[in-house]
Amino acid sequence: MNEKVMRNQRKWQTILFAGIIIALTYLSSDITDFNIVHGIATLPDAAIWIFSNLFVTQESLERLPKILGKLAETILMSIAATTTGTVVALFLGLMGSKTTGTSNALAMFARFIASVARNIPVVAWALILLLSFGQNSVTGYLALFVGSVGFLTRAFIESIDEASQSAVEALRATGATYFQIVYKAVIPQCLPQMISWILFMIETNIRSATLVGILTGTGIGYSFDLYYKTLNYNAVALVTLCIVLSVIVIELMSNHIRKVIL
Amino acid sequence: MSLVRVENLGKSYNAQTKVLKDVSFNVEAGEFVSIIGPSGAGKSTLLRCINRMVEIDEGNVVFDGQDVGSLNKKELRKMRTNIGMIFQHYNLVPRLSVIENVLHGRFGYKTTLEGILGKFTEDEKEQAFYLLKKLGIEDHAYKRCDQLSGGQQQRVGIARALIQDPKIVLCDEPIASLDPNASKVIMDYLKSITMELNITCIVNLHQVEIARDYSDRIIGLSKGGIVFDGSSYKLTTDSTDLIYGTTTPKVQKRQLVTV
Repeated sequence: MNEKVMRNQRKWQTILFAGIIIALTYLSSDITDFNIVHGIATLPDAAIWIFSNLFVTQESLERLPKILGKLAETILMSIAATTTGTVVALFLGLMGSKTTGTSNALAMFARFIASVARNIPVVAWALILLLSFGQNSVTGYLALFVGSVGFLTRAFIESIDEASQSAVEALRATGATYFQIVYKAVIPQCLPQMISWILFMIETNIRSATLVGILTGTGIGYSFDLYYKTLNYNAVALVTLCIVLSVIVIELMSNHIRKVIL
Repeated sequence: MSLVRVENLGKSYNAQTKVLKDVSFNVEAGEFVSIIGPSGAGKSTLLRCINRMVEIDEGNVVFDGQDVGSLNKKELRKMRTNIGMIFQHYNLVPRLSVIENVLHGRFGYKTTLEGILGKFTEDEKEQAFYLLKKLGIEDHAYKRCDQLSGGQQQRVGIARALIQDPKIVLCDEPIASLDPNASKVIMDYLKSITMELNITCIVNLHQVEIARDYSDRIIGLSKGGIVFDGSSYKLTTDSTDLIYGTTTPKVQKRQLVTV
């Protein structure tokens, strides 16, 4: 009896849930005048266009050294933004964590900074900073830096809270000072997770750097924009391929590093 | 003069419930005292008030002639070097080696920089190995702590407390996560700390039988107040009923007497 009632309830829950999703989809496409059927119907055409225009030719390969130079610039900028962001995020993380935080006001401050930095998208940061710093790589770097600080602070706060509470208590009981506890208990204990988050951040930043580069006119994003606007689709294809390959290589590398340290 | 004097201690984490109410007792140097009581009776809080890991709300705790509640940060740190602490979950840094964890106990005597750089004297290192040998785990000195069994990790915890050269060791349910064999080993070590080194031990325990076997004196805590305080042989079923709020049927007791 009870089991039957429960099964019935489950069934109705599923039906209701599916109904709501279908209704929401229909409603939003209706409001925005988006025709799903039409969208799907144009897919083959789009695919044909992509295959006939976006391919790498001999001529575009000649631009490879220039593109690779820009790619290296982008990757190095992402790494620089991540590492400098890590230093700031480490201090904010220590301030914001319940286990290592020294005062409520500082913790609030750290969490506030993190949430402002994180909840404004990197692209929006790039546009805001563009006004004061102009179109150069500093703007791109700062946009990525702010985004990294926001995300890493949040991640570090959680890693610290999760990993080190008990050891911190024990060292406090021995009479250790604050920085002794941080260096000898908190950091050794959180290091693997922190490195894992930093690697993740580098991957994300390389992806965002392309987008930010289009806006700030630097790095691989600028090359992409330039070739795209001059209708040189073969070069666009080459740029895209380079970005995809570098992201995959970096992902594989960081996966390997994670496996070794965890 | 008593080593620890607790006077009318009161503590509450929020306005509704008082964890400790008007708790008073003295502990003499060289005593082995067990605190027993049900979960939530305030045992852990009481222990943590002695080294002020939690702030004291009412009353006083006097350790070695100093009023614990009124110490400033520096004095508190200095006082804590005299108090070793042992935890239920060992509270080691699992990713570091055994010997590093033991040496953590010396931080209280060092400046911040010496601690960060890990500058330990030869004497300290020798002392650390001596303690590990005494506790029978010197073979594991360079292993990471998370590779050790529970009983071995707790021995590392004891070594970390002893290298502080403490006057007292506070043990917060040291055997609650261990099997009976490892529990016996740990309790024997704790007892020998008091017998051989004349270091006072205050141990929170769940197991009444073990408390009776090992301690000179038992303090029974119930709902934040002391309901029993006396030599361990004076602990009767009536007093355990009072501590744990249970009722032992009279008939059964009579049977026990006749047997």
